[in-house]
Amino acid sequence: MALAFFFYFSGVIVLTSVLVVALRNPIYSAISLLIMFFHVAGLYVTLHAEFLAAVQIIVYAGAILVLYLFVVMLLNVKREERYHAQFPLAALLGVTILTEVLMLAILRGFSSEPLPTLGGAGQADQATGNTETIGEVLYSTYLFPFEVASLILLVAMIGAIVLAKKDIGLASRNQ
Amino acid sequence: MAEVGLKLAFSVAQIAVVMGIVLLTVMFLTLAERKVLGWMQDRMGPMEVGPYGVLQPIADGLKLFFKEDIVPAGANKFLFTLAPILALVPALIGFAVVPFGPNRTVELFGYQFQPFVISDINIGILYILAFTSIGAYGIILGGWASNSKYSLLGGLRSAAQVISYELNVGLAIVGVLLLAGSLSLVKITEAQAGGFWHWYIFAFPFPQVFAFVVYVISAVAETNRVPFDLPEAESELVAGFFTEYSGMRFAFFFLAEYANMILVSCIAAALFLGGWNAPYPGTLLPENLAWVEGVVWFAVKVYFFLFLFFWLRATLPRLRYDQLMRFGWKVMLPIALGNILVTAIAAYFFPKG
Repeated sequence: MALAFFFYFSGVIVLTSVLVVALRNPIYSAISLLIMFFHVAGLYVTLHAEFLAAVQIIVYAGAILVLYLFVVMLLNVKREERYHAQFPLAALLGVTILTEVLMLAILRGFSSEPLPTLGGAGQADQATGNTETIGEVLYSTYLFPFEVASLILLVAMIGAIVLAKKDIGLASRNQ
Repeated sequence: MAEVGLKLAFSVAQIAVVMGIVLLTVMFLTLAERKVLGWMQDRMGPMEVGPYGVLQPIADGLKLFFKEDIVPAGANKFLFTLAPILALVPALIGFAVVPFGPNRTVELFGYQFQPFVISDINIGILYILAFTSIGAYGIILGGWASNSKYSLLGGLRSAAQVISYELNVGLAIVGVLLLAGSLSLVKITEAQAGGFWHWYIFAFPFPQVFAFVVYVISAVAETNRVPFDLPEAESELVAGFFTEYSGMRFAFFFLAEYANMILVSCIAAALFLGGWNAPYPGTLLPENLAWVEGVVWFAVKVYFFLFLFFWLRATLPRLRYDQLMRFGWKVMLPIALGNILVTAIAAYFFPKG
């Protein structure tokens, strides 16, 4: 049962990911991306990571993709041809990486022993729920990477404000 | 197998009842809104259909059902059809985790069922936030697919507005989540039992009044109601994103707006006003009828918020676009962030017993 869901979700993810780059209408690409985000969230749910699934939809589908659509609609691009010339190169890269993954899978053999986990909590405790588990791990084991990530985001935010502010200053000086 | 079948049948029955109640409430709201607005503006409201105009929603529904379905020339037919569905489904799907009455289990044919909540998942509130954010796609895509300048402008405004105010909704409820220590709406409501001074709007150690105000204002903005109805703004954008819609497709957008109003009212009642808990400790009715009291209190709180929506509509003029953005980012966001900070400190010094 779980395997059937996995193959459904991953199949749709692969299909819609290809459509995102292959479709010529950017709005359709965005919708393919939306469907893909939902199926990635579905994959998280099958892994009992409900918190991650909800955050995936809130952040990616609810905020980032809406901004993409905003920009696409504002520029009113009906068709986008520029990047379709890159298909041969993309196919070459894709096939190379796919071969690598397949080789790794075959070399390892399709054994059913679980992969080694990266330490930390491992299996989320069913009684406390995975939201608590994520919180605890994030603020203890992975505190340093977490802080680094937030610092990078802060720098990006300040950078965006500085870039946007500069324009306003110039415009008022020119008047 | 029998267990799965029975549970499925029970869930389907629950979903049918909840959807029925929501859609009936929407029907009632259309009449109530026009009547309340009428009285506030010293008018009678609809009076023609049925005694005192009470059959007006049925007449409106029939009219929408029989109207010609028009797809404008140059519109993107696929997205034009998809957009109303994308608006309505997320609005209805959120009701799956709302607790309408006391958390009790009923035994039916030897299995346990929860009658007043369709599904008590442990990330309840995040689930609702996730799906309300999807509702914006209906508006944006509907605006774009209509091939009309007014619709496109409405869609663009909606995109910016929803992103800005969704953030405030999310941050406003964090204070409650900190105090409750759970994301499940059932658990949050249960933690507020025992009198109105336990409701999170008044609760020790830090009352969530600021969060409540931020939440209510942001919720009005998220449902595109006056004074935040810039995506539709009939006096400047004709009707914004649904200028080109008619018949059943228009009805879908309409239903979505009202279902969203009910949903945000339910969340506000459950998070800040104690949900189905009465404002006094315990219940007045005997033990086996206590659920009636709970459901009635929940309905009273939800209808209070719905009345607030009408009241605002009769009272306030629409904001300008730059005022909307400045208010969202420079007033509401700092208040919500400050509330999280203070609540976190208070929750640290006075941990739950």
